[in-house]
Amino acid sequence: MRHIISIQLFNYGRRQRRTLSKKDLNIKIDELESSLGTIKGLEIQIGRITDEEWEEPMGPTPFPSVGTFRDWDKKLLNRYKPFYMPLCDLCCLCTYGKCDLTGDKKGACGIDQKAQQSRIVLLACCIGASTHTAHARHMLNHLLEEFGRDYLLDVALNTNVEAPHIRLVCGYKPKTIGDLEEALDYVETQLVQLTAAAHTGQEGDNLDFESKAFHAGMLDHVAMEIADISQISTLGFPKGVSEAPLAQMGFGSIDTKKAVVMCIGHNVLPSVDIIDYLMEHDLFDKVEIGGLCCTAHDNTRYDNRAKILGPISWQLRYVRSGIPDLVVIDEQCIRLDIVEEAEKIGAPVIATSEKSMMGLPDRTHDDPDAIVADLVSGRQKGVVILEPRKVGEVVVKTAMAVSPKRKEFKEPSKEKLFENMEKCRGCLECVMACPNNLPIMDAVKACAEGDLSLLSELQPLCVGCGRCESACPEDLSIISYMYAASADQCKDECFQVRVGSGAITDVEIREVGRGIVFGEIPGILALVGCANYPKGGGEVAKIAEEFLKRRFIVLATGCSAMDLATTLDEEGQNLYEQYPGVFDAGGLVNVGSCVSNSHITGATIKIANIFAKRPLRANYEEIADYVYNRVGAVGIAWGAMSQKAASIAAGCWRLGIPVIVGPHGSKYRRNLLGRKDKEEDWITLDARTGDDMYIGPVPEHLFYAAETIEEAIVMTAKLSMRPNDTTKGRAVKLSHYIDLSKKYYGTMPDDLELFVRGESDLPFTMKVELLEYLKKKGWEEGKIGMPDPTLLDRMIRRKK
Amino acid sequence: MSAKLRPGQTAEIAGPKHAMVFPKPTVVASMIKRAKRPLLVIGSKAPEIVTDDGDLIDYAIKIGKKGKLTIAATGHLIGEFKKRKAKNVYSIPFMNLGDRLRDTDWNGFDGKGHYDLVIFAGSQYYMEWLVLSGLKNFAPNLRTISLGNLYQPNASWAIGTVNHSEWMSILKEIIENLEEKK
Ligand code: SF4
Ligand code: SF4
Ligand code: SF4
Repeated sequence: MRHIISIQLFNYGRRQRRTLSKKDLNIKIDELESSLGTIKGLEIQIGRITDEEWEEPMGPTPFPSVGTFRDWDKKLLNRYKPFYMPLCDLCCLCTYGKCDLTGDKKGACGIDQKAQQSRIVLLACCIGASTHTAHARHMLNHLLEEFGRDYLLDVALNTNVEAPHIRLVCGYKPKTIGDLEEALDYVETQLVQLTAAAHTGQEGDNLDFESKAFHAGMLDHVAMEIADISQISTLGFPKGVSEAPLAQMGFGSIDTKKAVVMCIGHNVLPSVDIIDYLMEHDLFDKVEIGGLCCTAHDNTRYDNRAKILGPISWQLRYVRSGIPDLVVIDEQCIRLDIVEEAEKIGAPVIATSEKSMMGLPDRTHDDPDAIVADLVSGRQKGVVILEPRKVGEVVVKTAMAVSPKRKEFKEPSKEKLFENMEKCRGCLECVMACPNNLPIMDAVKACAEGDLSLLSELQPLCVGCGRCESACPEDLSIISYMYAASADQCKDECFQVRVGSGAITDVEIREVGRGIVFGEIPGILALVGCANYPKGGGEVAKIAEEFLKRRFIVLATGCSAMDLATTLDEEGQNLYEQYPGVFDAGGLVNVGSCVSNSHITGATIKIANIFAKRPLRANYEEIADYVYNRVGAVGIAWGAMSQKAASIAAGCWRLGIPVIVGPHGSKYRRNLLGRKDKEEDWITLDARTGDDMYIGPVPEHLFYAAETIEEAIVMTAKLSMRPNDTTKGRAVKLSHYIDLSKKYYGTMPDDLELFVRGESDLPFTMKVELLEYLKKKGWEEGKIGMPDPTLLDRMIRRKK
Repeated sequence: MSAKLRPGQTAEIAGPKHAMVFPKPTVVASMIKRAKRPLLVIGSKAPEIVTDDGDLIDYAIKIGKKGKLTIAATGHLIGEFKKRKAKNVYSIPFMNLGDRLRDTDWNGFDGKGHYDLVIFAGSQYYMEWLVLSGLKNFAPNLRTISLGNLYQPNASWAIGTVNHSEWMSILKEIIENLEEKK
């Protein structure tokens, strides 16, 4: 009797070590002889359909659990040790407390300050990752209902690797939108485990907390990928740069003669219905749809007649302008006083997500015309409508009916906007409350005396948080003053933004992979994140321009992608107009909204897989090892503010991609810093021989808050170096590092000797000067090795 | 609460352990004089801080020279010091500096040993707040002074929240009381 039975067991975690849930089971019986007869080719599947068409064998870590990559994380965390800076010395998370954790004190549960800080980092990453996951869930459930499980994934032109994160982390290849559910189930399950680790009396070691934060980050990129590839595939978004047209942004892009709808948030579904309704009823010439934050990006990806009003920080400014006739909120980064603010300008609010109902009555199941009547009459200041397919009709009808009634609000007089400013009592409360300590008091006082210039200068520096107003004992409307002082100029502002192009195509990866890995393209710079800038959004454009000129590939998403558009050259052109929108040296690509960040990390994964042919399937450590050692990618989140920015960054850290944040980013309360002065920290393995080798401090840091943009720019050039750079590549990178140091620091770098491996690394034109410098520093040729670098023992090909 | 103990940003209240305010500028000068290995950290806002005869960088150079202090210039500030031909100035990112100061094995920029007193001025308020928090919690033996004009609760000692002219006269008095060290 012959029994040939193969059983494949998959679980959300390390295989073989977990109990099975029914959805994990797949039993394949090739041939079985029994008393009942012979059974051939029987396959019993419960749950997921195994991927028979993907020839690549399963890698070592499908559906990794919380501790699967602990060793990998600790390799990184050993090199980049956390420097904690508590934002609060106390803990008040449970009723044992409050506990004072200052210095070497411990809480009633036994936790110490380091563990507490890393616990907060983990919580931030869990909140961030959960937010994208919840977004992805809402999106996917809706799309499955509307398009069906079998709707084919079609993410980017000429692209085979449609979902690098899912392939890498989960180990399967999704073909339809229905296939995405499995990965999403997995992410949700893991996030619950991670959140549980933050409970009192659970995890106690700071590095284990950090490793869990990395895990949350990795999961976040899977969730973002699911959200974005499902909407790209079904909603007709651009599938690559060649399909991305220009859209308009700014106050001046809005035709205020039309009824104006302002959508705030990150989930495009309600806006899609509004746009569909406008198209079906031919109403685009009567209604403007403008968006703030990521919904704005995704609206333009759906239809570039939609307008981008601006980044998250412009919410209050837009409302105070009186322009919107109706406000639609979906999810994330919405001002929580939006209903109160909108009420002041007579604009109803429609909330469209269960996550953000703002105390409004749920009218999802009511007749649309009855809802419209209540909103137009003012009987209700806002409503909740959770069915996206009902939102369009109510929004458009309400906006059109409300608009003519709002004339007095639409163009508020300067007198009205400047009301009460003479009451300023010079108490400085506003300045003390302002995150950037802007000189608000002086500006208000000057304005009261007729000089508007100071207030108008503050406008681009203001992050729109409203803390000054809330602190003011006279309840002065400082943001309205700032708007009024620069309204004439604001109203004309109209910028061109390239629409988010989504995933980087396989063809593009093939074309640039070599240049990036060998360092001939000096790096990939991703400008991502929110608008919590220390000195306004113009800084993002300055950073981008510096690296575009130096032929880096510059990618942007979210609010940063918007802010890039607002700086114009002498001919009135912004960077989108000056530089080609291509994923190649010197190209500037708007990838899209927050969830499109997954395509940036996805591109680095695809470089390892498509260009270097490294196996992708459930092979996270090897791919991360490759990206870390070879792909000179650097992320800058100059205005990072949210928990989502934390989890996005954490997903980069686990892949070995350094992230720089602006000064406010120091409030994430820890940096991950390398010590270039400690040679022992920079020993790596040579995969050819297994020998240990000193490689110099490349990349020097993993998470780093810069004080000024000049510092960020020089650090970006430095962090783009990798141990694998060819001599030609290193010479290019060094020449940028030296040049930028001279430009912004007014001097040569003081650590060049740590990055020059041999004379051939030296930029040819500076060779004599540099050799002189290196001689003084006691530099030795060949001290820094050029291995085939790896941190993984298993990558060593010939062990001694 | 005395006005001097009011933090420079409304919500920046740390915890039970917070900085003492100097009773008078001469105490700052004598603490610096008594220190064996003092370090002066100057942040990127220094060029924007106008004094009677220049800016905070000029004051920093004077303090450094008179008190024989090593200066750490954070951000991209080193160029300014070089332009003014200042000696004994090192460039280091603010975060790196905090990280090294909490490491008792770090032997300083010149390799001659750890610093025993670190004095901060000219940094972005909230960044200095955080670096000082890192040091308060993880470098218990390091004494820190904030010379800024907004109270820094995480330092060991601070000038406290004072207006610009009061601040300038305090800084001048400190400089006057730092006789040239040999
Ligand atoms: S979680 Fe621990 S440190 Fe925090 S309040 Fe409870 S007992 Fe105290
Ligand atoms: S709204 Fe602007 S001016 Fe007011 S506190 Fe916030 S950043 Fe400062
Ligand atoms: S808080 Fe209000 S009253 Fe006080 S200075 Fe600022 S604007 Fe004037």
